[in-house]
Amino acid sequence: MVLSLIRFASYGWIEKFYIAPQFHFTYYGFEWVKPFGIYTYLLFILCGLSALGIALGYKYKTSALLFFLSFTYIEFMDKTTYLNHYYFISIVSLILIFLPANASFSIDAYKNEEKAFQKIPSWTIDVLKLLLGIVYFYAGLAKINSDWLFKAMPLKIWLPNNSDLPIIGPFLNQNWVHYTFSWTGMIYDLSIPFLLLYKRTRIFAFVLVVVFHILTKILFPIGVFPYVMIISSLIFFDSNFHKKCLVFITDKLNVSKNIFENGKTKFQDFGKLSSLKMAFVFSFLAVQILFPFRYLGYNNELFWTEEGFRFSWRVMLMEKAGYTQFIVVDSKTKKQTHVNNSRFLTPFQEKQMAFQPDFILEYAHFLHDYYQRIGLSDPEVYVESYVALNGRLSKRYIDPKINLAKENESFRQKTWILPFNDEIKGF
Amino acid sequence: MKKILFLFSFISLIAACSSSEDSNDSPTTSYDKTALLTNWADNIIIPSFENYQTKVNALSASIATFNGTPSEANLATLRTSWLEAYKAFQYVSMYTIGKAEEITFKESANTYPANATQIEANISSGNYNLSQNLQFDRQGFPGLDYLINGLATTDSGITAFYTTDALASNRKTYLTAVITRLKSQADAIVNDWRSTYRNTFISNNGNSVSSSLNKMTNNFVKNLEKDIRSGKLGIPAGLFSNGTKYPEKTEAYYKNDVSRELLTVAIKAEQDFFNGKHFNNSTTGESLKSYLDYLNAVRSGQKLSDIINNQFTATYTSINSLNTSLSQQITSDNAKVIATYNVLQQNVVYIKLDMMQALNISIDYVDGDGD
Repeated sequence: MVLSLIRFASYGWIEKFYIAPQFHFTYYGFEWVKPFGIYTYLLFILCGLSALGIALGYKYKTSALLFFLSFTYIEFMDKTTYLNHYYFISIVSLILIFLPANASFSIDAYKNEEKAFQKIPSWTIDVLKLLLGIVYFYAGLAKINSDWLFKAMPLKIWLPNNSDLPIIGPFLNQNWVHYTFSWTGMIYDLSIPFLLLYKRTRIFAFVLVVVFHILTKILFPIGVFPYVMIISSLIFFDSNFHKKCLVFITDKLNVSKNIFENGKTKFQDFGKLSSLKMAFVFSFLAVQILFPFRYLGYNNELFWTEEGFRFSWRVMLMEKAGYTQFIVVDSKTKKQTHVNNSRFLTPFQEKQMAFQPDFILEYAHFLHDYYQRIGLSDPEVYVESYVALNGRLSKRYIDPKINLAKENESFRQKTWILPFNDEIKGF
Repeated sequence: MKKILFLFSFISLIAACSSSEDSNDSPTTSYDKTALLTNWADNIIIPSFENYQTKVNALSASIATFNGTPSEANLATLRTSWLEAYKAFQYVSMYTIGKAEEITFKESANTYPANATQIEANISSGNYNLSQNLQFDRQGFPGLDYLINGLATTDSGITAFYTTDALASNRKTYLTAVITRLKSQADAIVNDWRSTYRNTFISNNGNSVSSSLNKMTNNFVKNLEKDIRSGKLGIPAGLFSNGTKYPEKTEAYYKNDVSRELLTVAIKAEQDFFNGKHFNNSTTGESLKSYLDYLNAVRSGQKLSDIINNQFTATYTSINSLNTSLSQQITSDNAKVIATYNVLQQNVVYIKLDMMQALNISIDYVDGDGD
């Protein structure tokens, strides 16, 4: 994680994503989460230090809490950069607060033998396995849809762009390869948690994990996600394996392992506080299992309107792009202005905004406020908007006659999105 | 192990099925971007610039003749060569890459409307440096348009400005200064392509933002959206100004009967580039179209390249219903201009959204519309 943050900073992304833009796309209910200008760097430093703290097991509880808070805050500052794996890191770090991951091979345990335990309750590991399992399994479920399986979309669009690669490149423009990748990806996602759980298939499953993620790393621009998943899946290996690794590291550091080999077992404490913690962790897991199905509450096509799309492990599922031209009209004089998006948004924000209705709406409200400030009377905001999804020809997306300034964000169905007039069957 | 065997047999089964079902003839080689860039450079861009250079040289000769003898006959010849060169310009306007980009070729040659007041100020002071950016709207084809079509309502009235007028000599000097700059820019660009830039352009055959493919494709889209759609139609028709029409902002406003023709030529240049059609003959080579077809870009059951070409056809049909003078059309019946704008706008969407998505190229230029 530390490496990931350094990567983020070294690419100048802090500046680009969180400080430079004049305007940030916020999460509904979390509009108060904003970057703090140049001090945003401090937040990243805090996040990096607390990640280091977790890894070394130094002041573990505080580190985990700080990491969860700072990382999640960063994630919530601008939903333009939403990625499923950031969300994964957030929920894992939330759970980590409640787990005794500092019991062994940690500075905490080294300094205070009372905190050192060789064995910890198995549920604490199983929780993490379950979280990882959910990610894979739900990602697999989401792939069971007619576009993915029967049209090989969006891989049919993405893979040919890599046809410059050595050896595999030329195959990536072949139809059967698109279908093979689609089906294999679906089966892989659905089965990998079980293959990892089952001892006899575990090594093989891990080889699959490595191959699969290295391949996605080569084919798609998805940053550190493959490495996060590869490392995370090590949690499925039994304690002997981890011990060997850790002993190897501690040997190098000349730290005696005997402190940690105390034979002590941390028993589950069933006091009030602990029970409360357990209850929280388990109800959180229940939410995790149910939350991705919230799209069922909306009638519209999920991929088209994206109502209930995020936080559901819908990873690399669709190729969607948009074209938007906003028109602001003075409600009294009827004077109208065509908005130049690049005045307010970074190219990345503009790109993400163009096909996501909640972004379009939030931006429309921003435009309303901005033009009101510069003297227009109660500006009306309209948008000429087109979206192309999974190899379909672009279509009008938002009703151009709707004054978006009068529409409000909510979890209710958005009526101003024009119908998709097609169906993607499946999860 | 059984599970694994099952999994593998399942995967290979699917692979086998889908390969037999879809045994169409998609090529097994990767798309040859070098061939694409070579076709662009050798058969389209360089010949277009050479043609432009020839036409500018002819225009330069006409101006020299007119300056020597400012007669109405020589004025007519000058106008003809001006129009020929202006049309040739429409074929090179989108190639703002390399030298053309460096020397702000497009802005110098075709910033309109021309600023008549400042042109007159330049002429009377005799003190100007056309290579300054603030001089963009006082030179190029729009500047010449004013100087040979806009000084008076009759030809004799115009020639009088070059014969009997107190500033006649200054005005002739100004004509020479404008054509000298047009010519030196054309020469510089052609020389650069011929000497080193051709190879630089072709060898930059990667996928990055600064690759030739990426930059040229962006130029192609930008020229269609900004220079043609907004510049030639949207702005004069008042679409960006609350319906306040600006007929005087049409291209070649003073000549007044060629703006539709320039629009058609500019769109033809775009379509020819899209299809990889060689300049001045009907052969076609590697192009955005062939790249899209290679990628099997099919939308709603139709090849995306066909959808785009059909929309080009619809655009010509719509343009042909307009007056040869767009400014007159805007004044008399602007709804027709807006209708043409909308047909063209649909193709901007197909190209900027659907085509760029299929090619996986990002838009790298900023929106210039708006307030």
